[in-house]
Amino acid sequence: MKKLITLFLFAIAPALGLAAGGGVPLEHADIDSTDQTSLQRGAKFFVNYCLGCHSAKYQRYNRMAQDIGLTEEQVKANLMFTTDKIGNTMDIAMTPVDANGFFGTTPPDLSMIARSRGVDWLYTYLRGFYMDESRPFGVNNVVFKDVGMPHVMLDLQGLQKAVFKKDEHGGDPVFEGFELIQPGSMTPEQFDGSIRDLVNFLDYVGEPYKLDRQRLGVKVLLFLAVFFVLAYLLKREYWKDVH
Amino acid sequence: MSLLSWIDERFPATKVWNEHLAQYYAPKNFNFWYFFGSLAMLVLVSQILTGVWLAMNYKPDAELAFGSVEYIMRDVNWGWLIRYMHSTGASAFFIVIYLHMFRGLIYGSYRQPRELLWIIGVIIYVLMMATAFMGYLLPWGQMSFWGAQVIVNLFSAVPFVGEELGIWIRGDYVISDVTLNRFFALHFLLPFLLVAVVFIHIVALHKVGSNNPDGIEIKKGPKGNKWSDTAPADGIPFHPYYSVKDIAGVVGFLFLFALAMFFAPEMGGYFLEAPNFEPANPMKTPEHIAPVWYFTPFYAILRAIPSIGGSAFPGVVAMGAAIVVFFFLPWLDRSPVKSIRYKGLVFKVWIGIFVVVFFVLGYLGVQPSTPAKTLLAQICTALYFAFFLLMPIYSKMDKTKPVPERVTK
Amino acid sequence: MSADAVDTSKRRFLTAATAVVGGIGTAFVLVPFLSAWNPSAKAKAAGAPVEADISKLEPGQMMTVEWRGKPIWIVRRTEQNLKDLPTLNDQLADPDSDVPQQPEYCKNEYRSRKPEYLVAVGICTHLGCSPAYRPEMAPADLGADWKGGFFCACHGSRFDLATRVFQGFPAPTNLVIPPYYYLSDTRVLVGEDGEAA
Repeated sequence: MKKLITLFLFAIAPALGLAAGGGVPLEHADIDSTDQTSLQRGAKFFVNYCLGCHSAKYQRYNRMAQDIGLTEEQVKANLMFTTDKIGNTMDIAMTPVDANGFFGTTPPDLSMIARSRGVDWLYTYLRGFYMDESRPFGVNNVVFKDVGMPHVMLDLQGLQKAVFKKDEHGGDPVFEGFELIQPGSMTPEQFDGSIRDLVNFLDYVGEPYKLDRQRLGVKVLLFLAVFFVLAYLLKREYWKDVH
Repeated sequence: MSLLSWIDERFPATKVWNEHLAQYYAPKNFNFWYFFGSLAMLVLVSQILTGVWLAMNYKPDAELAFGSVEYIMRDVNWGWLIRYMHSTGASAFFIVIYLHMFRGLIYGSYRQPRELLWIIGVIIYVLMMATAFMGYLLPWGQMSFWGAQVIVNLFSAVPFVGEELGIWIRGDYVISDVTLNRFFALHFLLPFLLVAVVFIHIVALHKVGSNNPDGIEIKKGPKGNKWSDTAPADGIPFHPYYSVKDIAGVVGFLFLFALAMFFAPEMGGYFLEAPNFEPANPMKTPEHIAPVWYFTPFYAILRAIPSIGGSAFPGVVAMGAAIVVFFFLPWLDRSPVKSIRYKGLVFKVWIGIFVVVFFVLGYLGVQPSTPAKTLLAQICTALYFAFFLLMPIYSKMDKTKPVPERVTK
Repeated sequence: MSADAVDTSKRRFLTAATAVVGGIGTAFVLVPFLSAWNPSAKAKAAGAPVEADISKLEPGQMMTVEWRGKPIWIVRRTEQNLKDLPTLNDQLADPDSDVPQQPEYCKNEYRSRKPEYLVAVGICTHLGCSPAYRPEMAPADLGADWKGGFFCACHGSRFDLATRVFQGFPAPTNLVIPPYYYLSDTRVLVGEDGEAA
């Protein structure tokens, strides 16, 4: 009968399916939370390309050092401004008012972006900038239409053009794919790999205690399994009295 | 003189122990469905304990609330565990209570002489919903904000006084800091009220005695068992027999609970919704608002009823009625037998329809509405109410089987 | 029926085993709840070791830095101060710092890592006021024997320039010396023993 509860729990579990803007199918990010070198590369990418405008104001540097396998000295030397302390969170100097002036909107804090948007969305979004002269920064995005963010990774990825097919039923044009018109310093494979690392890091930042949680979970389940056997034997022993 | 007798002269410790545990005779044929009462109490205690601990670091302030939850999750030692226990516990509470109520439904536990017991139970359920609703605002994420916005607007649909009523509940023209603060106060208070009503629920239960899967009154049957000459022959002392059985049930439940909490605390967006990881923004509604799963059947009923004369009130009434109708269940069932075991095919089919309809409505409640889905929701709403309102007719005409004298294994 | 015969020893064993395992489980559940009361990562970050630059400190001067919400004094003692310290021993309550109010490496006549620099928590061991720095020799209010030190205005306790308490005053013990070490000749880190400890 207990199977019933399990069934019930898992019957309601399938993902809600995050709203994918523009109807573009999201690509699978395929990250590995246990891959510390990927997280380290992602952290570096994050600090160099994101932390200028986006904060991760709930993430502490020392916690990050410990979790992604770096020493505090390494983090201090490579990933922090010298004025920051190792116990600080990843804040930025840009004020929301300034940001509004630059971008017309405030760049969101990225601490929980992987939890609110999902890793696949991030992976597709970060690789989905394309040339669009009508936009202030000359680029648009396939999953986040008319986004205020400039293509900060233009040097790396290069500039791509989005190919749309006319919808036969007269609806919005359907996105077909990208065409690289001006290569960047990275090959598309290298760039995808970097973005995967970055998304992996953002996923880590979203829930830094995820691996702790899972490790503890295994122990708790083992303990409860032993406890259940005992409790069941006790029950069976007493119930011998009942006919 | 022993310590116990010293106490007994001043407080009826031994008497209470015997009357409610060691010499409280419960039917010996309880099955799987009878675990959920004790499990519900366990979850209530866990919710209060984790909730008080969360309150030690939570800040009921629109500027600080969202950050304080993340502070708990990241900076407080074991804060993430305590918070996940609480958030998973909320969903677990409803799962357990729905199964507990379903048990009552199939075995006729609401029938005479347990009408009041059932009514007290429904009051617990309503209190739980209020507590859960107010608690959901506290993380001050996008879903918290917009969910509360939608639900409080239901009150605004009340004719004549609605607008003022909505403002009064919020204490402002929108959901704001004031609303958050008062919801926090009530979210802290209501659980203790729940404890009191649960106590009354148990007092009522021990007055009339437990029902059982056969729906037979063991107190009316023959007397005498191996523990007592005057106790019902089909009864066994609650302690130790059901206490040890419940311990096994509790451990089994905790196993499933741990499975969810440690490996899927978000439960694919059902226990913790993705937009709630973004702070509340009164200027921007998420693309799709869905309440937490335990409210969705009623939310689907709300959306199924079209506005009449420009007023959303009929939908609100239907949603309220879908809950209130549970209070009348003891008088809607006219079957000569209590348990589904001895009821006929008609009743069984209706129970089946009700379960399916409840799940379908629950599913529709999280989906964006389309004309086809709205139609389906309307059909399900009709069937939902038909299950209750036609019960006096079909339960009476249903062919029942003879009920045995004694409980069966 | 003979099957009714109860195997009491088995029953007792299983009851005890379940109770013990259940007790262990309960104890484990308590750990997070008790541990949640300890300082959080935020509090720890706020109470992290602080660095002090002592390069601009002249002999006889004192500077104060804040560590865990408490004033930390750093005093650069003069040659004369250091000479005076042993002469005060017979007037002090605990001249040899036997009461563990300092890290092991500061249990010496100067109560410091380097004789020249005193690092101390500026909170009186009596009732928690912060005493005043009185480096001058023989001021009128403190008497002719005063060779520089600290005076607590709240209840009149007196300390010498190694923050050792004088006999006959309310403060029971010498002031606390925090853990600290030298990052370089001019930089002190207060709050950590360092590797030399």
